[in-house]
Amino acid sequence: MATVQLKNISKVYEGGVKAVDSVNIEVKDRQFVVLVGPSGCGKSTTLRMIAGLEDITEGELYIDGNLVNDVPPKDRDIAMVFQNYALYPHMTVYDNMAFGLKIRKFPKEEIEQRVREAAKILEIEELLDRKPKALSGGQRQRVAVGRAIVRKPKVFLFDEPLSNLDAKLRVQMRAEISSLHNRLKATMIYVTHDQVEALTMADVIVVMKFGVIQQIGGPLDLYNNPQNKFVAGFIGSPPMNFLEAAIEADGDDIYANEGTFRLKVTAEQKKFLTPYIGKSVTFGIRPEDVSFSNTAKDGVTINGTVSVVEPLGSETHVYTSTSKSQVIGKIEPTLVPAPDSKIYLIPDMAKAKFFDLETEQVIN
Amino acid sequence: MTSLARKRQNRWNVVVNIVLIVLVIVWSIPIIGLLISSVRPQDDVLNTGWWTVFKGDGDFTLNNYRRVLGGRQATFTDAEGNVLRASGDNLSQAFINSFTVTVPSVIIPILIAAAAAFGFAWMVFPGRKLFFTIVVALLVVPLQIALIPILRDYMKIGLTGSYLGIWLAHTGFGLPLGIYLLYNYISTIPRDVFESAFLDGARPMVIFVRLVLPLSVPAIASLGIFQFLWVWNDLLVALVFLGGTSDVAVLTQRLANMVGSRGQDWHLLTAGAFVVMIVPILVFFFLQRYFVQGLMAGSVKG
Repeated sequence: MATVQLKNISKVYEGGVKAVDSVNIEVKDRQFVVLVGPSGCGKSTTLRMIAGLEDITEGELYIDGNLVNDVPPKDRDIAMVFQNYALYPHMTVYDNMAFGLKIRKFPKEEIEQRVREAAKILEIEELLDRKPKALSGGQRQRVAVGRAIVRKPKVFLFDEPLSNLDAKLRVQMRAEISSLHNRLKATMIYVTHDQVEALTMADVIVVMKFGVIQQIGGPLDLYNNPQNKFVAGFIGSPPMNFLEAAIEADGDDIYANEGTFRLKVTAEQKKFLTPYIGKSVTFGIRPEDVSFSNTAKDGVTINGTVSVVEPLGSETHVYTSTSKSQVIGKIEPTLVPAPDSKIYLIPDMAKAKFFDLETEQVIN
Repeated sequence: MTSLARKRQNRWNVVVNIVLIVLVIVWSIPIIGLLISSVRPQDDVLNTGWWTVFKGDGDFTLNNYRRVLGGRQATFTDAEGNVLRASGDNLSQAFINSFTVTVPSVIIPILIAAAAAFGFAWMVFPGRKLFFTIVVALLVVPLQIALIPILRDYMKIGLTGSYLGIWLAHTGFGLPLGIYLLYNYISTIPRDVFESAFLDGARPMVIFVRLVLPLSVPAIASLGIFQFLWVWNDLLVALVFLGGTSDVAVLTQRLANMVGSRGQDWHLLTAGAFVVMIVPILVFFFLQRYFVQGLMAGSVKG
């Protein structure tokens, strides 16, 4: 199969807008790589440069070790699935899937065989004679995927393929694309703005912001060890809570002081926080890493007032207002604190993160 | 919707419908009169109004049509069974001429306009905006301005009086509107469709033939109807570039001649007029779906 390598790839649009800035990504054979980030972060542009739909302003793109900067899209041996399916509305599903092969002058029997095979994988065999407008969103997306499969390309590119589907279908298609990846053993690059899709599907996640890669790593790696505040806030739902806190020494211990409460840091955190004594940092804690308490305890609890309670059945989200900011906590479903009541949350300090206030990089 | 608003809506619908019915009647009466007059014998037409046929008196005949359609000598049988010979107006020849002029004058500009619209909408080339602006600007240039210069050029290269000449003239005059209309439609085709085809390995020509043309059928059909009606009803361009000789004269020219030479023969004029009208009416009836669609083209998501 195939590897894809991006070396210092940049994209500058007319007028000097830098959409992608010196991106380095190495996609190994059969890997499922997800580019994720908020809209306008350059992830789609990066994908379109890999596809050849956008020129590469700077840098080198290698597919299977060959420099392909100036190779036209059709000769790069890639297939792309678009967000709004991009089916040919006047053709049947069969013709949609066969179009690329017909243009490449494949023999008729082979086209037939490949289309049937792909239709079987995607369970759309009974739809082959229908036109796209007679299909539901999920079926259309399947056809779009099928159109990519029949080409048997080196690399599959997905540009937010699930964004147009409703939430339930999205979860289902997510699993299907994952199992498709396992089955085809193909190299896939997938763009999404949805961090859940990234976490659930990817072997490797590339988090981007303003055209710059923030961090590359496996899903759990990004979740547990975010390199900066952006990644920490982007990965995970509800997002990580950030509090501005002053680092202060009290005897042998070091505390992060929010103003109305202070939290004692662990022995390990003490080592890298010592230089920050007397300065402020961003303290980060994930909603799932706090637990509920009835009483305030100095150095242990976050003290606040309940502003909103969201019971979800499996858990309860409680929005807690502290003096300066808001902390979301995931607590047990049986606990439903009343709004405006006092609440005390105990953060699991071993899992807390500290970020430099200016560089927003993690302190460790 | 509240019941009051619904009531108001209903009342408004009634008003609209009444206006529409009145308009239909006003437009239909002359056409019905024309049709009836064209099938009445000469004496009846001259003596009584066409509406008298509804009282049951008067005969019907197809002789008028035989005469206007026939060649130099038309043979027909009158009401008493006498075989008569009279000079015809040779509208059947003109009918064929009209088709010879119209069909290529519709197909050629549509093909060129579709290709140009695709280019303007989806291909990147230097001067694209400038050229498109020029095309749009040409929409407001009356064709009468161009008649004489073009005619002089035609004289030089010997295109006057030939079908090729008038095809090219109609093509030129029809292109600005054609490009503009099709551009509006083709530019609404989602970009992804083209990009997908591009990744599939399709060259621009393949994309044009396999995707753009089939997807633009509604717009092309409506443009085709517009262009067909315009060319079919055209007298001026035909007169200037084709000349008035009888072997190439189109229906409108022949009908204009008839008005001059047979000013009193209402039975023949009405028959002639109906022969000219019948094709646009048929075109409209069979393609009215596209007619409406075309006018709406691009305004709503398909």
